[in-house]
Amino acid sequence: MAATPFTKILIANRSEIAVRIIRTARRLAYRTVAVYSDADVQAVHTHAADESVYIGASPSADSYLNIARIVEAARRSGADAVHPGYGFLSENPAFARACRDAGLVFIGPSPEAIAAMGDKATAKRLMQEHGLPCIPGYQGDDQSDAALLEQARRIGFPVMIKAVAGGGGRGIRRVQDANEFLPALRSARSEAQAAFGDSRVLLEKAIISPRHVEVQVFADRHGNAIHLGERDCSVQRRHQKLVEEAPSPAVDAAQRETIGSAAARAAVAIGYEGAGTIEYLLDASGQFYFMEMNTRLQVEHPVTEAITGLDLVELQLRVAAGEPLPLRQDQVRFSGHAIEVRLCSEDPTQSFAPQSGRMLRWTPYAGVRVDHALESGADIPTYYDSMIAKVIAHGASRDQARRQLIVALEDFVALGPATNQDFLIRCLRHPVFAAGDATTDFIDDQALALLGVPAGAAPLRAAVAAALLQYSSASTQPEAAPRAGLMPRVPLTLLYELDGQAVSVELTAPAPDQYRIALAGDVFELALQRLDETTVLITHDGYRRRAAYVRSAGSVLFAFAGGVHRIQDRRLAAAKHSAGDHDGRIRAQMTGRVVAIHAPAGTRVSVGQPVLTIEAMKMELTHCAPRSGILTQLLVELNAQVTQHRVVAQVEEPGAEAGGNAVPQEAS
Amino acid sequence: MAQIESLLATGSEVYTSARQAMLEQIARIRRLEERTRQASAASKTRFDRRGQLLPRERLGLLLDAGAPFLELSTLTGYRLDNPDPDKSVPGGGVVAGIGWVSGTRCLVFVNDSGIDAGALQPRGLDKQLRAQEIALENKLPYVQLVESAGANLLAYRVDEFVRGGNLFRNLARMSAAGLPVVTIVHGSSTAGGAYQTGLSDYIIMIRGRSRAFLAGPPLLLAATGEVATEEDLGGAEMHTAISGLGDYLAEDDRDAVRIARDLIGKLDWTRGAPPAPAPAPPPRYAAEELLGVMPFDYKRPVDMREVIMRIVDDSDFLEFGSRYGGATVCGNAMIEGHGIGIITNNGPIDTSGATKATHFIQACCQSRTPILYLQNTTGFLVGRAHEEAGIIKHGSKMIQAVTNATVPQITIYCGASFGAGNYGMCGRGFHPRFCFSWPNARIAVMGSEQAARTMTIVTTAARKRKGHAADDQGMAELERRIIDNFDSQMDVFTTSAHVLDDGVIDPRDTRAVLGLVLSVCRDAEHRTLQPMQFSVARP
Repeated sequence: MAATPFTKILIANRSEIAVRIIRTARRLAYRTVAVYSDADVQAVHTHAADESVYIGASPSADSYLNIARIVEAARRSGADAVHPGYGFLSENPAFARACRDAGLVFIGPSPEAIAAMGDKATAKRLMQEHGLPCIPGYQGDDQSDAALLEQARRIGFPVMIKAVAGGGGRGIRRVQDANEFLPALRSARSEAQAAFGDSRVLLEKAIISPRHVEVQVFADRHGNAIHLGERDCSVQRRHQKLVEEAPSPAVDAAQRETIGSAAARAAVAIGYEGAGTIEYLLDASGQFYFMEMNTRLQVEHPVTEAITGLDLVELQLRVAAGEPLPLRQDQVRFSGHAIEVRLCSEDPTQSFAPQSGRMLRWTPYAGVRVDHALESGADIPTYYDSMIAKVIAHGASRDQARRQLIVALEDFVALGPATNQDFLIRCLRHPVFAAGDATTDFIDDQALALLGVPAGAAPLRAAVAAALLQYSSASTQPEAAPRAGLMPRVPLTLLYELDGQAVSVELTAPAPDQYRIALAGDVFELALQRLDETTVLITHDGYRRRAAYVRSAGSVLFAFAGGVHRIQDRRLAAAKHSAGDHDGRIRAQMTGRVVAIHAPAGTRVSVGQPVLTIEAMKMELTHCAPRSGILTQLLVELNAQVTQHRVVAQVEEPGAEAGGNAVPQEAS
Repeated sequence: MAQIESLLATGSEVYTSARQAMLEQIARIRRLEERTRQASAASKTRFDRRGQLLPRERLGLLLDAGAPFLELSTLTGYRLDNPDPDKSVPGGGVVAGIGWVSGTRCLVFVNDSGIDAGALQPRGLDKQLRAQEIALENKLPYVQLVESAGANLLAYRVDEFVRGGNLFRNLARMSAAGLPVVTIVHGSSTAGGAYQTGLSDYIIMIRGRSRAFLAGPPLLLAATGEVATEEDLGGAEMHTAISGLGDYLAEDDRDAVRIARDLIGKLDWTRGAPPAPAPAPPPRYAAEELLGVMPFDYKRPVDMREVIMRIVDDSDFLEFGSRYGGATVCGNAMIEGHGIGIITNNGPIDTSGATKATHFIQACCQSRTPILYLQNTTGFLVGRAHEEAGIIKHGSKMIQAVTNATVPQITIYCGASFGAGNYGMCGRGFHPRFCFSWPNARIAVMGSEQAARTMTIVTTAARKRKGHAADDQGMAELERRIIDNFDSQMDVFTTSAHVLDDGVIDPRDTRAVLGLVLSVCRDAEHRTLQPMQFSVARP
């Protein structure tokens, strides 16, 4: 087979995976070209590359999913190869074909292989033919309601409905019995249509509490294929992976050899080239079922890199250049245990709603591998995925890796939009996960332990919040800074919201950076000591701990004792007279796009009635009328982009006095 | 560099007992201050019910978080409201101080409406007038949080009524001088109090709480028979929309403080301020040791350089004319980066001390260096030799120099302040820019024993002239009465109660206080105001 050498790689992706690919490309002396949208003009990945090319507006469809613009960017920059990363166009056969047609080396399998594997029904058929066990199911062309329902009955409930063109957890429904089937089918179809432009579904027997185990394979164009062991990605939320590890605690060496070599054989048989992942479900009895094949580099590839010592991007580049794989199966060595978590800008306490905004302080933990593309002050755009970093620990044992990762997450400073940091720590700490027993039901089963408000320490946290609020409010002007001998002997009733909860404390400061805080019968004496610009040492009764904090307008974000908390200063806010006194303004709860308007301007609405829906990062949030009245103003149109906190609509009670224009601001 | 070395024996009996006595005095003052806070806080339930904050809570929110606050004259009126030392509530019914509001150093004045509904207490008028004078002299914006029932009619005094006019005159003068006057009307501001509000440049009123009228419903009914509610007569909504007395309508106390802070920030007052001096090295000796420097018996001599080396930068003091008139110590130093001339007493002021001090004051004026007087003086030296040497004319020269000095002068009563020494060392009568006492300070025309001895000598001589027999028992009684009368008036619990200083400070805080007031003086020197012929007038 002919070699296809290249020298300059365009990375058709963004964020951490672009940076990660560039790192290996650099090491191997390839030139790199990044692409960027409006939202990513200053993104880290553009600075990481040698060059970068603008490819369009912020919405993915106009930029990272725009095949013509990306091929044009390669032409303009003289790139002769394209790495698609994961997501976006990585499994789009049209893109792979367009690259080939433009004379670019596509770093991945052929368009035909992508197409074959992308269609789940075809993939299942192919894999079954090559000896991989599959889940009993239906993947036929008859997509009528009646046919599908009958097939579901044949397979036996519970069944899974999956989009044929699916991915990313969308278009998937689990149906418990026949009564639920048709509504679930309809909603899966419409989601699939919206997400993939293809409403076809397939049915599968639902495996009860399975594990998600996947095998990494590599194949070259010289007929060689190897596997690099398995990854266990059972900890998932809404079918999206959160914690991944290698090896799987549920797979022994013999099973590894069985599923691995089957996967490698199948890859050779279908003429596959490059990196691929074969996903299985593993049921409680130890039975594997083929689920799907991903024809790209996986998000979670670093755990495989950790235990094999290989650079999977390097292997991709070598295979794409036409080289044979540099090692045989018997040269693959596994060492220790690796665990990865996906740090996402989402708020677990609010149904994991994605959060965009400015990352005010970002200091990744230095002792483990962190793949990310953020820096302090960088914005997290609303248009793309909410994953902002992958944190990977590699230890001699699983438990060592797990403990390393907990420490890494506890000391990871991410102050900005809410993240799932604390949630991930709780997952890692949970005895079920610690025992290696987590299945895909883990998060649902343990939701209370993982999401509940932790008992105890709450008053101390509130006191620390008060001290930090006051500490960080102090002037930086030397003459106006606190000083001994001139401490005001004036009591301060400090009002603030801590993680959305209203708190009132009595605070006095007997000396600079010392606070005496009385709240709900408890008195805390705290001393703060500056360590650096945003880190303080907090001493409580001789117990000293570090806290990182950052101040922005009237709010303070701080990380203390393994959790990130948000304080909103309310000391100068007028007391609300009563709940009925809402000003009638609907404000965007997140930055995003208006995807539905439920009530036109001028109509009468009642309290709680949906008015409009905003979507961001694949998440929809319906905004309802805060009170009954006339929807006098609708300040946005369908598909308009809105910024968090901006007023989008006004509900007024005719005859009532209109509110003033000034919206009180919190203390600065 | 002229670091001076301490010879203080910090393990000595004298030091230890002085320190102990000083700590007891400080504790006593703190207890009195706490009593006032508690007396005010006792109204909390009533304030809560009305949705109001206590006056000190308002103040706490007004001031920048953690910023220094120099509270003035906390002992005002002590034992003048109630002679019982265990019952008297000092403070004059008002809180005043220099603090930061939105990054701007201001004179902040608060009616302590937690006590007696904010009616002025004894000497409260003097405290308020002094606060206004400080704002005027030091070019500080004036912020007042008003809530006062006005004069207590049960304790009405005509002299206070007439002198009270000065309050309004000062407000008009401040406005005309180019100093913004910002007022929050937290509650009642009636009759005279209405002008306290009306003479302000910016007025913030609170919905449902502010009340400003010349005559409230009872007086109106008595005077004219007209019936009106308080809200109609002088509520915030009426004043902000109809009379134009109020400029901002706030929802509650917190909201009003927010508006005041917002406004003061936007005055951008700091644009006229000189850059702060570079950070200064602290003294080489601990401020803590100031507690034991001054023996409680003021007749014991003290080397006041022990005080100087504990308050000046790097304990660096360049003494001026140390070999001439050595009992009067003069010299230059820096305090928190501000150059300063210091004059203090290591003994009575003699002719050479007086002439040296006169020279030094004039030299400080020449170089525009503020002067600090650390008073510990039993007075000018007396006796035939000293009279012949011209102690009166040399003392007069010193008093002329003090009086007419063109630089800011700051006085601290560190110990004794007797006789004309009080005057020559820039006592309160000479209008130092700021004047503070240490808790051990004693002020009198002379020592009580000298006064008693003088009186018995004079009386005995008079009896002798009239041919009466000596009356030893009567003389002893007279001496005791004189000593009691002098002693009862010379300590800070009396002098500060009469606002004869700007407050009593913990000796350990001296450097911090001086750093702040020197900075205030320096800002004032650099700031060019925009004076107007008349004050800012409302529509």
